[in-house]
Amino acid sequence: MTIQFKDESFRGDFSYANSPSNIPRFPFPFPEDEYMYSTNIEPHHAARAGSPFENAFDVDEHYVAEMKDRALVLAEDPGRCQALPHMETAGWDFVELVMVSKARDYPDLFKLTIDGDRWHWINKPLQIDDTFTFGDSSTLPCHPMEYIGRQVQGDHAILDQRDGNLWLDAGIITAQADWSLDFDVGMNFFEWHAPVPLAHELGVFQRALKFLLTLPQGQPSRRLNWTLTVNPRLDTSPENYPKWGPDRMTVTPENIGEKVHLRVELQTFWRLPRSNAILFPIRTYLMAMNEVVTQPKWARRIHRVMRDLRPELVEYKGLSRYHPILVEWLSQFDDGAPTSPGIFPD
Amino acid sequence: MSESIIEESILSRPTYGTLKIVPGLAHYFLADASGAECVIRVVQELPRDMMEKVHILYVPTPGEAALITSLYAVGAKRFEHFPTIEEAVAKLGDWLSDAKMGTQLYLAGTEGLVGQGVAKGEECGLDHTAVQCEHRGSLARRVQCVHCKTMIEDVTTQPVKCPSCELLLFVRDHYSRRLAAFQGVCINAEDPTEEIEIKEVFK
Amino acid sequence: MSASDHLIPVVVSNVVEVNPIIKRFEFKHVNGDELPAFSGGAHIVVEMLDDGTKRKNPYSLMSSPFERDQYAISVRRDDTGRGGSKFMHEQVRPGMEMKISAPVNLFSLDLRAKKHLMIAGGIGITPFIAQMAQADKLGVPFELHYAARSVSQAAYMDSLADRFGDHVSCYCDDQGEGVDFETLLSSQPLGTHVYVCGPKGMIERVVETATHLGWPAAHVHFEHFLAPPVGEPFEVHLAKAGIDITVGAEQSLLEAVEASGTPINCMCRGGACGQCETAVVACDGEIMHNDHWLDEEQRASKQLIMPCVSRFRGKRLELDL
Repeated sequence: MTIQFKDESFRGDFSYANSPSNIPRFPFPFPEDEYMYSTNIEPHHAARAGSPFENAFDVDEHYVAEMKDRALVLAEDPGRCQALPHMETAGWDFVELVMVSKARDYPDLFKLTIDGDRWHWINKPLQIDDTFTFGDSSTLPCHPMEYIGRQVQGDHAILDQRDGNLWLDAGIITAQADWSLDFDVGMNFFEWHAPVPLAHELGVFQRALKFLLTLPQGQPSRRLNWTLTVNPRLDTSPENYPKWGPDRMTVTPENIGEKVHLRVELQTFWRLPRSNAILFPIRTYLMAMNEVVTQPKWARRIHRVMRDLRPELVEYKGLSRYHPILVEWLSQFDDGAPTSPGIFPD
Repeated sequence: MSESIIEESILSRPTYGTLKIVPGLAHYFLADASGAECVIRVVQELPRDMMEKVHILYVPTPGEAALITSLYAVGAKRFEHFPTIEEAVAKLGDWLSDAKMGTQLYLAGTEGLVGQGVAKGEECGLDHTAVQCEHRGSLARRVQCVHCKTMIEDVTTQPVKCPSCELLLFVRDHYSRRLAAFQGVCINAEDPTEEIEIKEVFK
Repeated sequence: MSASDHLIPVVVSNVVEVNPIIKRFEFKHVNGDELPAFSGGAHIVVEMLDDGTKRKNPYSLMSSPFERDQYAISVRRDDTGRGGSKFMHEQVRPGMEMKISAPVNLFSLDLRAKKHLMIAGGIGITPFIAQMAQADKLGVPFELHYAARSVSQAAYMDSLADRFGDHVSCYCDDQGEGVDFETLLSSQPLGTHVYVCGPKGMIERVVETATHLGWPAAHVHFEHFLAPPVGEPFEVHLAKAGIDITVGAEQSLLEAVEASGTPINCMCRGGACGQCETAVVACDGEIMHNDHWLDEEQRASKQLIMPCVSRFRGKRLELDL
């Protein structure tokens, strides 16, 4: 299947939208009618052809547009891509993982030829054709993490493992849900997640850390996380909060279906071989409420989840201003019928 | 200067202890006026032959001399004082650049001084978990404006106006060891017309 | 999930007698594929099918992390152990097909280090051979101090000295030589990390000396792998599975659980990684905690056990499996 890449924007006129055929493959994040934090980590096996879990690094119709948006963010604020000095080996591990996976999973789009340390990489959608020496950063135009990070959808954090903890020592982060790489770089797992309410008390991070510290090579894992974003904006960084914060004031019962987007992060975890670090891709999927409710199961369930969401989470996820009208609007799609288990549409 | 009480907060917010000499090949101290008495307290108790291993850097408050005299009198191998934290921390970097493993670092005083001392230690190869810190004096915060990246020193109010981009910042408890700063995020970004009272809270 | 569910089929490409007690084994992928990349200090778990008994022992990779056409490990023969090393020495021949796990690193270099100081005793040399190749390629200063009982038992000493020159210092007990830890650890630049792998006594001396000199714990690393100890056979009830199993004298509890077909997580099989931690439902007797994972309080509580290395003596042990 050839993917038709869309020409669209995540800012300004916000022309981003999902094609009808792209809607059912959305990673809907609620397996049940109620939501609470859980560690919810499962093996990142290839699952369900056509789903975003089919391949190691999912490529969809938004690929080219997302990479353009990333380039705009990095041009404005180079601090969105940072690596502490000891993270270069991990950057090369990241290069290898993405290139090998994409060339294997999408042979019509990407091609990798390896001759010893001499690598030849072709990325057709982005019109890149480069030859470089693996492991020698001087043969790339920039740090290896930045080089490959500009060619793969989603933000990418790289966590160094030492002293029984994971340290956020590198990342290329341009589509984040309100956290600052520049501020958080160098923090350990607990410090970096410190502002998250409730989860520490529930032991979520202790369990997650224990799991990640023993993550084996070749056996990646995944989980889904979610929030809501007004307008299909990828860059909801704290840096640019004055630009996107006012959007939250613009939600009305009339425009809510097109304005409010379910923002899902497909988070995966990969043990990197040469650095022993963990690659943490945070792939964001956006879908307008109007698109979500085209799937009756999702429409019923998202109403129930939003209606029963704990107040601390409403506040933390920044939904306070429009949460009541969203629940009211969603109620029209919920006839009270039971929903089937799991996240996939009926 | 009394001991400070820091309320329990989120996990990134640093906590502080009480300086205590631990085994080491050399002992480096960095303090400001609020922390000077901590240094005097622990160094005075050392046997005389240990003083060869003691090195002290000090940042006095302008015009103050009595503590300089007291610190000088403890008889450290090296004692230097500087008018600003920045200069003292730079000197600490010089000293640590040819130090050996087994060097202990002790920091005492305001949060800005302690934070910058920890960051310099880490830069020089001393793990932050091995640095002893005692907080004394004001709870004024060093704050990074997340929007324009300006570092704002001695913040005592909540919120605080960024002197550079002029946004009104909420000072979070979220703290970066690398930057030695708390995070300031625009408090009324969603509705800039919102009026917010500025209160003195970090004393 | 368990690392051993994803084994790599390999063929033994070479067996070399390094000295009377140590043999080196080299493995290639059965299809001739590249083996996974790894970092210095990593180990693999080798599966041994010994006359109906399935044994899995961890061994450090000593080959260069930059060579992926083959892996190498060295095995010291231990005639008092469970028989894993004996099997490797007596049964494993070139051309034999075996299965190994993907590499796992519980003893990695701290890549922030301004210098790596490595201290090896005896067979503890193996992880450092891979780490030196890595440090050398990264251009970070490193030093190896390698002590062995005698010249004849000092595996790889000559070749390492040839390969890494001044980076390597060697000491043989039978020549009256020994490492002066106090002097060594007093003269290291700030930002050095020390790594030690060898006999328990050596690890303890290095850790004690470093602590006494004021080294931060975060700069002191040691490989504390264990071979699962032998012991008396014992019975265990697996509560979820609703079955009773017997753990043989030369078998680990983990191996016995696996042999019963009951699912269990595991990774290092040496009491270090924490992956196989299991809740104890009932315990009337004494758990011999042989791991490095549980703390004193957890051990005393008798509510947790690490089946990869720990054993039991008493009337009844019931596990949440």
